[in-house]
Amino acid sequence: MRTKKIIPWLYLSPALAVLGFFLIYPSCHTFYLSFFDRTSTKFVGLSNYIYVFSNRVMITAFRNNALWVAVFTALTVFLGLVFAVLFDRVRYEVVVKSIVFMPMAISFVSASVIWKFVYAYKPAGVAQIGILNAFLARFGISPVAWLIQRPWINNLCLVVVGVWVWTGFCMVVFSASYKSIPKQLLEAARVDGAGEWRIFWSVIFPLLIPTLSVLATTMIVFVLKVFDIVYVMTNGNFGTEVIANRMYKEMFQFRNFGRSSAIAVALLLLVTPVMLLNLRRIREER
Amino acid sequence: MLRKCIVFFILGLLMSGVGGVSFAKSTVTVLGVWGGAERDAFIKTLEPFEAAAGVRVDFTGTRDLPAVLTTRVAAGNPPDISVLPNPGQMQEFAKIGVLVDLGKFMDVSKLKNEYAETWINLGSYRGNLYAIFFSADLKSLVWYNPEAFADAGYEIPETWSELIALSDKIAAAGVAPWSIGLESGAASGWPGTDWIEDIMLRIAPPEVYDKWVNHEIPWTHPTVKRAWQLFGQIARSEKYVYGGPSTELTLNFGEAPNVLFTMPPRAYMHKQATFIKSFILKYNPDLVPVKDFDFFPFPSIDPEYGTPALGAADMFAMFNDTPEARALMRYLATAGAQEIWVAQLGKLSANRRVNPNAYPDDLTRKAATILAGSETFRFDASDLMPAAVGSGSFWSGVLDYVGGEDLDSVLERIEETAVEAYKG
Repeated sequence: MRTKKIIPWLYLSPALAVLGFFLIYPSCHTFYLSFFDRTSTKFVGLSNYIYVFSNRVMITAFRNNALWVAVFTALTVFLGLVFAVLFDRVRYEVVVKSIVFMPMAISFVSASVIWKFVYAYKPAGVAQIGILNAFLARFGISPVAWLIQRPWINNLCLVVVGVWVWTGFCMVVFSASYKSIPKQLLEAARVDGAGEWRIFWSVIFPLLIPTLSVLATTMIVFVLKVFDIVYVMTNGNFGTEVIANRMYKEMFQFRNFGRSSAIAVALLLLVTPVMLLNLRRIREER
Repeated sequence: MLRKCIVFFILGLLMSGVGGVSFAKSTVTVLGVWGGAERDAFIKTLEPFEAAAGVRVDFTGTRDLPAVLTTRVAAGNPPDISVLPNPGQMQEFAKIGVLVDLGKFMDVSKLKNEYAETWINLGSYRGNLYAIFFSADLKSLVWYNPEAFADAGYEIPETWSELIALSDKIAAAGVAPWSIGLESGAASGWPGTDWIEDIMLRIAPPEVYDKWVNHEIPWTHPTVKRAWQLFGQIARSEKYVYGGPSTELTLNFGEAPNVLFTMPPRAYMHKQATFIKSFILKYNPDLVPVKDFDFFPFPSIDPEYGTPALGAADMFAMFNDTPEARALMRYLATAGAQEIWVAQLGKLSANRRVNPNAYPDDLTRKAATILAGSETFRFDASDLMPAAVGSGSFWSGVLDYVGGEDLDSVLERIEETAVEAYKG
């Protein structure tokens, strides 16, 4: 009798061990280190956290992360939905979907390098090597140094890079969901005399809401960690700093272990509500 | 069944680990930042050593050296020898005791003969020598195109007022006098720090520079502020800088001199260290040193302080005390090794006994003479400061200031980070 109760735990134990060693132990250790100074020798209480939540650069980073969460999530989910629904109705669906999905195949760093060239700036009167400025030059508009326009334009330019890479993912997930809607429902609505717009809002969209919430929460958790794009394109200069980049700088360049641990814990605190929301939604679905 | 298991187990052990132990250790691991042409040059420098000592040198180059080295030291797996990014980090490593005291096996008095006192002091901690300088750069230089200057009838300025007058003259002719490029990926802003450091050396005695480096005077000090203002007089000006501040912020430092060599030139002067020679030749391979591109020393500002030399250098330190590593360190400190290194690239050597003819051209020789002969020499300040300032707020402060921000708020922000950084 007793062995029956132990056996499930025995099966779980390798996975639990790995999880414990690679996830739980480091997290606890980071939390512990966040109360110490830069070389982890002196206890400093909450002063690292005070720095994280009051320092000018950190506040800029939080503001920028909020911008990323709002704009990146909205754009990827919205565009993903639009593409999924529209592409379903054309003959060349496979081609366009492949094109939209292709950026997913490259890393964020590669995408950043590509877009760095797109945004490249040369003074007026010289041949522009950046597509965007070359396009403007065609119309006689003087070139814009996109990545140094603060406070919003350069941040939005960086968000566009992220959206370019990840819209394909949202589109594919929405597409799978959309195609699983029974055709009879749509036909019945059409027979009842509903227009396409009405069908979308009253039939299709409500059925896609579960998918939308999954994607939105996934994208939010993902974008809170954004690092590569900012690091490669501007390194957080010109008001584009984000939390993950700050953590990297404090850890590896300034070698302040206490502060970088506090930033990591702050990031975890930001992500936790989203994760809990997700969990609750999954439980409700059951 | 059990016997078979035991046999296979023992066989497995023998084949995997035990066999490897029988080879003697005759390699030295070296970690550095060099890639491309610099890496090839270093490998070539090592060839005589490898042939003579029968030791293999395993060199790894990474641009992310500070992060990699810190992690390996913390993990207890440091390389035998490593290039150090700056004296500040060397001091930190020496403090925690992971560096080998070179005095244990090297003749320090001989080194003191070959290297000027500054180099010995910078490589020491508490009186013990831990690092030797291998590759040096002189920074207080303004590069120009001699033919363009001759065509337009411009003279080399020797004082700041002459420099500004020349800049006005060029600007009046409708061309930008200066080309400045501050972009450098994660290190953007560092060329501006060289400007400010050179200016600091020319508006105050070197002791004030030292106080600034050690944070004995704050960043809001009037002399520091004046240095930034003089820098801004040129760097923030739309008419003095090619493409104005917007271009300055986005132009890569390696590409900035290129506009000096276009036909017609789009700029006339570019302040940069000696290493820029290899970049100029990379983008303009047909140019001939001295004839097509040359440099003049950055002029004096307040005549009583003259023209001190500002420079920087790469240093080697030892982490693991093995006989092979000792041999390599001894070799790297010799003039012979450094002659091979400087002959290939146009870098300079801090070793006084290096034969001047080893330098590949007159330009480099001229720079080496300035470096060896200057009365006052100071090491690059941002390399000496703690990382949070020297590779952090100082760099981003330059970008903010050139981007148009008010100088007082920029200096206050750097001062805030400095107060914290110098504590630990």
